[in-house]
Amino acid sequence: MSLIVSDLQCTRGNRQLFSELNFQLSPKQLLFLEGKNGSGKTTLIRTLCGLFIADKGNILWQNQPIEEHLEVYRKALFYLGHLNAIKGDLSALENLRFNHLMSGQKNNDDDLLDALERIGLFGYEDFPTRELSQGQKRRVALARLIVNKSPLWILDEPFVALDVAAVELLQQIISQHIEVGGMAILTTHQAVPLTEGEVQHINLDDFATKSGRVTDA
Amino acid sequence: MTFSWFKYAAPINFYPLAGKVIPLFWFLAITLTSFGLYWGFFQTPDVLSDQKQYYRIIFVHVAASWMGMWLYAMMVFWGLVGLVFNTRLSFMMAKATSTTGALMAFIALISGAVWGKVSWGTWWDWDPRLTMSLILMFLYIGYIALHSAIDNSRRADKAAAVLSLVGLAIVPVIYYSVNCPNPNECSSLHQESSFKGVESNILLGMLITALGFWMYSFATILMRVRNIILEREINTKWVSEL
Amino acid sequence: MLNTFWMILKRDLKLALRRRSEVFTVLFFFIIVVSLFPLGVGFNEKMLQEIAPGVAWIAALLASMLALERLFANDYVDGTLEQMLLTPQPLSILVFAKMTAHWLLTGLPLVLVAPVVGVLYHLEAETVITMMLMLLLGTPVLSMIGAIGAALTLGLRGGGVLISLLILPLYIPVLVYGSGAIAESRLQSGNIEPHILLLSAFLLLSLIFSPWATASALKISLE
Repeated sequence: MSLIVSDLQCTRGNRQLFSELNFQLSPKQLLFLEGKNGSGKTTLIRTLCGLFIADKGNILWQNQPIEEHLEVYRKALFYLGHLNAIKGDLSALENLRFNHLMSGQKNNDDDLLDALERIGLFGYEDFPTRELSQGQKRRVALARLIVNKSPLWILDEPFVALDVAAVELLQQIISQHIEVGGMAILTTHQAVPLTEGEVQHINLDDFATKSGRVTDA
Repeated sequence: MTFSWFKYAAPINFYPLAGKVIPLFWFLAITLTSFGLYWGFFQTPDVLSDQKQYYRIIFVHVAASWMGMWLYAMMVFWGLVGLVFNTRLSFMMAKATSTTGALMAFIALISGAVWGKVSWGTWWDWDPRLTMSLILMFLYIGYIALHSAIDNSRRADKAAAVLSLVGLAIVPVIYYSVNCPNPNECSSLHQESSFKGVESNILLGMLITALGFWMYSFATILMRVRNIILEREINTKWVSEL
Repeated sequence: MLNTFWMILKRDLKLALRRRSEVFTVLFFFIIVVSLFPLGVGFNEKMLQEIAPGVAWIAALLASMLALERLFANDYVDGTLEQMLLTPQPLSILVFAKMTAHWLLTGLPLVLVAPVVGVLYHLEAETVITMMLMLLLGTPVLSMIGAIGAALTLGLRGGGVLISLLILPLYIPVLVYGSGAIAESRLQSGNIEPHILLLSAFLLLSLIFSPWATASALKISLE
């Protein structure tokens, strides 16, 4: 079980963001994506999720191209972007339950309540989430990580809008995921301390096409 | 020498090729259109059934409405090729075709209205054919509006292609509903062919003019594609070296 | 797959119940448009009966247009739509569930208030029943064709006006046969069976193609 990316090249608008990007991610590995603003971190993440189509290159999951086995890949994938995907009119529990079920996971309300408690939302389970603060809303979204069983996590800036305690908790959750054999790709500047597993770093600036020009394809 | 179509699917190779053939299409367009119109104006009878000289507007009207419909089909075709093979040039062709197609639909509409004024005494009549040209015009407007509302050219190309496909799928239904608004009165959809009893040299004039319009469409579409290529490939080395 | 369908349908209905005003906006828009026509064209009973089918349908088209903008917009803005695209289930099922919810919330209410049009335009009971039947068959088609437009214009500036430009011409067949049937039913020898068959055929075709086309459009818009 691994994710292999080879010779990936992406263009956004008329600007080529990166090319000849190669990496491999295996269980118990954590990958940090770095790069300055506009280097294509979010585009890369969306490409890895199968939302954005690359100009060329391959993304293999278990040695199969992801676009040919989308269903298998998506069952294995958990993605969290900048947006929380929660509804202000639903309660924290309802939001968590809906998102959890929709990503093809099994439902167990006790687990969900435990997850909300662990993320620090005890007592807020039945509040409409529009009454929660930004940080608390983010926590509702992050609670999905606690109950999620997908092996591959792709998280875009997961630490944004969190207080110190929540950052620490999230670091714990991610490192636990890695230690039990999961994989994760993160764009962030926050380190995640691991006792087991290994860390890779990719800086997209190293793969930027020179002067941002499109080559003659 | 093997001629590779795929080679010319790349903008860098297509650009000079298009530049070379555009004068040829202009030449054909001018020759054929003038000949078709000459034929239509001087080699055809002065009276067609109850219509006098003014029936000759059909040489423009029919050619333009044929091209309006045909170019819509071409636009859908290029969009479909783009969606299936993800080739940038086909989307550029679709985009370029839309403008000329809309122009043709517009000419058909205006010439139809003028013809209506002289033969029926009214600019507009809800005649199925006129109504269809109006709707075709709406479809072109929708395509162009959607394309220009989206900044990201990749999304614009694909979204407009999907829209044109949906339009093409619904056009037969619209056509049926416009021709037969009351299904009780037309059990079978059989419209009398408009060519029944049309003299062959009138038909010849229409065909040649239509061919001329077609060549004109080729010329303008290729010119527009060249512009789109330059616009979109502005950052490339080969464009900056032009 | 059926589970996913129910789950999304239930959630959308629950969300609408917690924000009821949105449902009523569309409904009152319909009623206001319908009642403005007599004020504009005069109160002649005969004429009102004549124009009622067309007016009711055009008001229905506009009302469904108005509601379309919201079909995907909220889910798009808060990121839910992105998550939906990443689920293992086929996107067309999810889309179909959203369309169904949308029709239940904006199409079905129009069917139910059709008798109001009957009162305002002095229509006979039979004509009103035909109107309700035709709206019942036609409004789902509007939701489904419209969904394609809503997906294509997702997140664009002036999306609402743009949708109407793209979609209203495609509504023509529904308008023609929907109002044609109501007009037909006012005649002594009226036979609305062909209209019903045609609208049912449209409904069937849009049920087959629209979820799929809308799903492709969403993928393009969210790329």
